[in-house]
Amino acid sequence: MNRTSLAITLALLACAWLPGRAQADPKVIPITAKRFEYSPKEVRLKKGETVTLVLKSEDVTHGLFCRALKIDSDITPGQETRVTVTPQKEGDFIAICNNFCGGGHGNMKLKFIVQ
Amino acid sequence: MNDTGSPARNQFCFRIRHSEKGMIQAPGPGVFLSEGHPEEVPVGKIIDRRSFLKIAGTGLGAGALYQVGAAAGTGPHGMALVDLLGRQNGERVTPFSFVQFSDTHVGFDGPPDPLGTRAFEQAVAEVNALPRQPDLVLFTGDLTHDSEKEGEALARMKRFQEIAAGLKVKNLKFVPGEHDAGLDGGTRYRTVFGATYYAFDHRGVHFIGLDNVSRGKPVVGPEQLAWLRKDLARFGPSAPIVVFTHRPLFDLKPEWEWYTGDGDAVMNLLAPYDNVTVLYGHIHRHHAFQDGHARHLAARSLIFAFPDPALTDDKKPAPFDKGAPFRNLGIRRLDLAVQGERPVLGVEEVELSSREFAGTVGIQQFLKGEIQL
Repeated sequence: MNRTSLAITLALLACAWLPGRAQADPKVIPITAKRFEYSPKEVRLKKGETVTLVLKSEDVTHGLFCRALKIDSDITPGQETRVTVTPQKEGDFIAICNNFCGGGHGNMKLKFIVQ
Repeated sequence: MNDTGSPARNQFCFRIRHSEKGMIQAPGPGVFLSEGHPEEVPVGKIIDRRSFLKIAGTGLGAGALYQVGAAAGTGPHGMALVDLLGRQNGERVTPFSFVQFSDTHVGFDGPPDPLGTRAFEQAVAEVNALPRQPDLVLFTGDLTHDSEKEGEALARMKRFQEIAAGLKVKNLKFVPGEHDAGLDGGTRYRTVFGATYYAFDHRGVHFIGLDNVSRGKPVVGPEQLAWLRKDLARFGPSAPIVVFTHRPLFDLKPEWEWYTGDGDAVMNLLAPYDNVTVLYGHIHRHHAFQDGHARHLAARSLIFAFPDPALTDDKKPAPFDKGAPFRNLGIRRLDLAVQGERPVLGVEEVELSSREFAGTVGIQQFLKGEIQL
């Protein structure tokens, strides 16, 4: 195999590899929690598509809990928490803070819209 | 209650006709006998002797009055059974009543409830007016509303204690809610009220107070589960057990945080026991749920009511009604019913009426027998 052929082969291999690599890396969605709200308040997901939620807190320890999407995670200030989610059905799903954070805790929620 | 202070309607009495090989016969559903005036009742339903003891409850609008009766002791065979169970469980069951208060939220001053502590104070007065005082009062959490203002949380706990001290009955038992113990891991609560979880025996009934709030999340946690396993080990399956806690131990409405993450683990530890009642609060409304052998009962709040989650996805307190300030406070009556071969408790709600801002008349009518249940 001469140098030209080798270069073409490597280029083709790279082209074949890169899309696969792109598929293997889930979409990253940052979510920030602070008393008593999440930002963003709504997150759109696709059924069957795996995403990574990157959770941060701006103040105290919060939680993110959604039984339907199998999410139950603490969000500790000063650190990043990564949660992988693959929605299995379409619909609107409410996630709540399940780590008591003060008087407005009961209404701290986020909506996942799965299409 | 009748004029002598005896429970007239709410005590379950099983007239024992005979027993054989662990089986006893009990009357049909919904049979209530006035204390001191036993009546002959039709006998027919066969129940396992281990479930002869049941707990009846009557809501006071302020909480719930429960009466525990070991009415099996109405004949020689019944007495023998009571003795047998007493030996098995460490103490013989004798009739008594107790009251459950929940979610007093002392210090809460936001909408929709402008009453502050008035419902709590009214509840104390109603219980004090009972001709026959309960043996104990259980408070199932959110005694106070949280505050991060310096000294305020402690002041609210002291205020709660002042009001509770107005009860004639002095045997008061508490567990925390998340508003009491969720922000500091229960440190302040323990200083004021003591342990967040514990157990005690009373007249043959084993009471277990569980803490599913002080870890911040709705969980009991591995340490408490280990403690519970050890606590239960000394009891046989016939032991009557009352668990009192703040959050429901089952998935009532997870998206409203009406659940306990490891509630299943708690109920698995209780699964071998035939007579388990779980009393809780948190949801600010009455709810009854039968899960196999265990009955879960939620008490109303003394601050405001939440709506029925089956009717709305919006977790907003019910609006305040000045014309009926204690709306959603009502009488709860639990009746014996039969499912298959086992007696269970049915729940009947009677809403109280309010004549004036500061008081209910419905409970007085009930006490006088003017309301026929």
